[in-house]
Amino acid sequence: MELTCIVCPMGCRITVEKVDGRLHVSGNTCKRGEKYALQESVCPMRTLTTLVRVRGGEGPLCPVKTREAIPKAMLEEALGVVKGVCVDAPVKIGDVVVKNIAGTGVDLVATANRERR
Amino acid sequence: MEYRYDIVIIGGGPAGLAAALSARETAPEAKILMLERDKKLGGILQQCIHNGFGLHYFGQELTGPEYAQRFIDQLEAAKIEVWTDTMVLDFSSEKVVDCVCAARGYVQVQAGAIVLAMGCRERTRGALSIPGTRPAGIYTAGCAQRLNNIEGYLPGKKVVILGSGDIGLIMARRMTWEGAQVKLVAEIMPYSSGLNRNIVQCLVDNDIPLKFNHTVTAVHGQERVTGVTVSEVDPATRRPIAGTEEFYECDTLLLSVGLIPENELTRGAGVEMDRITNGAVVDQFRQTSMEGVFACGNVLHVHDLVDNVSNESAIAGAAAARYAMGQKAAGQVYAVKAENGVRYALPQRIVAGDAGKLDVYFRVDAAYRNPSVQVLCGDKVLYSRKKQIMTPGEMEKMTLDQGLITGDITVRLDK
Ligand SMILES: Cc1cc2nc3c(=O)[nH]c(=O)nc-3n(C[C@H](O)[C@H](O)[C@H](O)COP(=O)(O)OP(=O)(O)OC[C@H]3O[C@@H](n4cnc5c(N)ncnc54)[C@H](O)[C@@H]3O)c2cc1C
Ligand code: SF4
Repeated sequence: MELTCIVCPMGCRITVEKVDGRLHVSGNTCKRGEKYALQESVCPMRTLTTLVRVRGGEGPLCPVKTREAIPKAMLEEALGVVKGVCVDAPVKIGDVVVKNIAGTGVDLVATANRERR
Repeated sequence: MEYRYDIVIIGGGPAGLAAALSARETAPEAKILMLERDKKLGGILQQCIHNGFGLHYFGQELTGPEYAQRFIDQLEAAKIEVWTDTMVLDFSSEKVVDCVCAARGYVQVQAGAIVLAMGCRERTRGALSIPGTRPAGIYTAGCAQRLNNIEGYLPGKKVVILGSGDIGLIMARRMTWEGAQVKLVAEIMPYSSGLNRNIVQCLVDNDIPLKFNHTVTAVHGQERVTGVTVSEVDPATRRPIAGTEEFYECDTLLLSVGLIPENELTRGAGVEMDRITNGAVVDQFRQTSMEGVFACGNVLHVHDLVDNVSNESAIAGAAAARYAMGQKAAGQVYAVKAENGVRYALPQRIVAGDAGKLDVYFRVDAAYRNPSVQVLCGDKVLYSRKKQIMTPGEMEKMTLDQGLITGDITVRLDK
């Protein structure tokens, strides 16, 4: 499998091959790339970054992310959960907005501060 | 003059923030002022809610607002005065900065040194002249990003994106996730100017087609966009090929066709400009042709990685602080030239005297496979390295040994 590493903006081109029944990774510049390529060939993971509505804040929205990457296959369900969420200002970076989003075991957290208006 | 500061920083994006903090480190006693026209600091990062920032600088993957906040949190302790809602109108070679400030009205500030960190703005449709009507529904990708991520309006439901710059790619995913249908990304060049990771994560992941050598040749609709015509172009001339026209029904056209450094102030002051980067000509300290005036970040040249912006701005901030404290770099000045596949190299000048390492940033003018990058000084080869692939979308960096530079240098490719 040929893929582009997305762990950092370098975007190394990585090849994953089966050699004697084991996965062999080449083309990566660093260890993170190897880990990513192996993961990508087994269960691709993505960090979800999106927005939730805020009540009583400076603006109508607050950006959020999953604290860690979640399975790519779970993105759609997680986005569905986010749609219904509305939080009250003030919000601080790192505040948990949704615990264990879509049963992934990963929390959705705020990525910006939103003062009360 | 009522307002006097040792160092005045124009712009409160990542460039201005890093410059301010490094100026403080270099000059613990200096009076430092930051001027920002927006209500909030953070610049473009405020609306870049996706992650991918800071892996090189912080060794951690952050979103735009998180990356900015790390710097903003340090400002107060660093005793840096910040005026938001303050638009700088011009500055002079005497380093008098004119601005209008919501809290103070029209104000003149006398600076000891100035750091320009105004960022860049997007190329607009007018600069491209697509034939057809002028209906509503045409946005630059960054404008759509602001509408969606800050104001909370989805700019459209059926979208075609012209240009595969990073902002367009990010918006393709954003709008898909918001429930819109992104039908196509058309790129006139045979390669993307966006980062690879964005092509993978934003387009491939969401099955959004990317067509190289294609462009929008007509916009349809009276009040609102109803569709666009997309044609294939001849890669040699970039002219549309007759007979390849295809109609795409859509209500929104996003333009992601590049950024232009915002240098009205710089030009107005008479600072020497580089025709290729559209930014100032600088030396390794990021000092412009005007003594005591420094530039960094996207106003100097367009960066893809904010980490590079922070590094560059720390250099400019420290140098501005040294200048304001009376230490001036002086010495023989050598030129840095770019040729044979290298579009530009920065800094454009090197002041001799230092013995340490010197980072030179450059971009190539087309995609190359297995090129070799060379730096020549007269007939000496100062640097030579083979690369697997180089594209104009990715800024390259190399580190030179400054002690070896004894004259003008040339950065080139051996293709
Ligand atoms: C959509 C998008 C996606 C990106 N994605 C990534 C990514 O995934 N990873 C990554 O590492 N990098 C990314 N970047 C690049 C990075 O964000 C930019 O390179 C960086 O923000 C540039 O910083 P800057 O401070 O030079 O400019 P800006 O962030 O534009 O800040 C300039 C500031 O100056 C102010 N200003 C301008 N003129 C005046 C004036 N006359 N008076 C007062 N204030 C003024 C502006 O209001 C603004 O706040 C992205 C950029 C964009 C646009
Ligand atoms: S392999 Fe390492 S350096 Fe290359 S893109 Fe992946 S994380 Fe970045």
